[in-house]
Amino acid sequence: MGQHSLTFRINGHDRQARVASNTLLVDLLRRDFGLTGTHVGCDTTQCGCCTVHVDGEAVKSCTMLAVQAAGREITTIEGLSGPDGPLHPVQEAMRARHGLQCGFCTPGIVMLLADFLARHPAADEKAIREALDGNLCRCTGYQHIVDAALAVLQPSDRGGADV
Amino acid sequence: MYDFTYLRPRSVDEAVAALRDGFDARPLAGGMTLLPTMKARLSSPGTLVDLSGIAALKGIEVADDRIEVGAMTRHADVAGDDRVRRTIPALSELAGSIGDRQVRNRGTMGGALSNADPSADYPAAALALDARLTTSTRTVGVEDFFLGTFTTCLEEDELLCRIGFRIPRAAAYVKVCNPSSGYAMTGVFIARFDAGYRVAVTGAASRYFRHTALEAALDAGADAAAALKIDPPQQEYLSDLHAPGQYRRNLVRVVGARAVERLHATQAETPHPNDAD
Repeated sequence: MGQHSLTFRINGHDRQARVASNTLLVDLLRRDFGLTGTHVGCDTTQCGCCTVHVDGEAVKSCTMLAVQAAGREITTIEGLSGPDGPLHPVQEAMRARHGLQCGFCTPGIVMLLADFLARHPAADEKAIREALDGNLCRCTGYQHIVDAALAVLQPSDRGGADV
Repeated sequence: MYDFTYLRPRSVDEAVAALRDGFDARPLAGGMTLLPTMKARLSSPGTLVDLSGIAALKGIEVADDRIEVGAMTRHADVAGDDRVRRTIPALSELAGSIGDRQVRNRGTMGGALSNADPSADYPAAALALDARLTTSTRTVGVEDFFLGTFTTCLEEDELLCRIGFRIPRAAAYVKVCNPSSGYAMTGVFIARFDAGYRVAVTGAASRYFRHTALEAALDAGADAAAALKIDPPQQEYLSDLHAPGQYRRNLVRVVGARAVERLHATQAETPHPNDAD
């Protein structure tokens, strides 16, 4: 019924695809472009594992149509840092502060924090916990994720991001 | 999700024509309710008319005694707007409490109001702040806009375009959320105008309602302790697996008193456009 030939700007590159109206952004990323770092945890807009940036803002790609992303700047976890590093400060802090265990939720959490922390450099622990409201982690209990986020903002006295 | 025809008009007129002429057409705002509903195959429109390309539906203006918000303005934009924060901080806080950060980056005020979910937050603000809703064909007062659960006065080819909130002297919004969905089990918005208080309740019943007994008590100078003693009005209170109707009815009392407390705590801080700086 609805097929669209569209150009997508993904991780700094123009990519073409023919997509159906009902294709979700997350499926475009994973199936058409092989960007499987963006995960699907719940498929119901709750877990946040599919979080990517659209025009620099964190959104849940399981709840956006691929056609809606055409012509916009999409960044996935693969595009956050170069293939040979260095890691993005949020990735580095998550590594240094043990912000992950199984790692399934991690791409979504990193993308959420990369957006949030860049916009709120003075965020405190409460604000960080509120920002993580839409990202579920079943391993860590969140404490080390929050520690990592604080370390990004205060690298010197937290000993995280610049280790 | 079943297949559909996707359209992205550039103007309100084009969108209205698409809604009128398209097969089984529905407008798509932020999609935070509609897309999950379609994914669950609970809804299967033949045509989706995506409103995100219509610039005229976005933006916030402060005009005289009102804040006018374009229907496609996202929750994040309302929450982050300095003028909203200065003039109606309770509305700013309410917008920042909807869903989660990612949802607020997509969801829109017009989508939320048009959907008329009985547990949505914005309707409480709209009702308490005496909102004036401008559609593609007319302007209606908030009391005429909501007809019931998930039902508004909007015709199938009529779009909500703009929402004008009357700026109060002071306002406060407090809610108790369902811990899983985040939707309000009960939310109470209190606004104080020169002519008196307006109190609106969402989440508790099958429709949003004014709590006129609490309004009268506040007009007479009631504090939070006195507000706690006021009986919530007769309503069709919602009963579900999360809470029986009696529980929600009591929440109206408790959340209402908390809102009074917050209002009194923040009262002095809100400037009014008619006040000289």
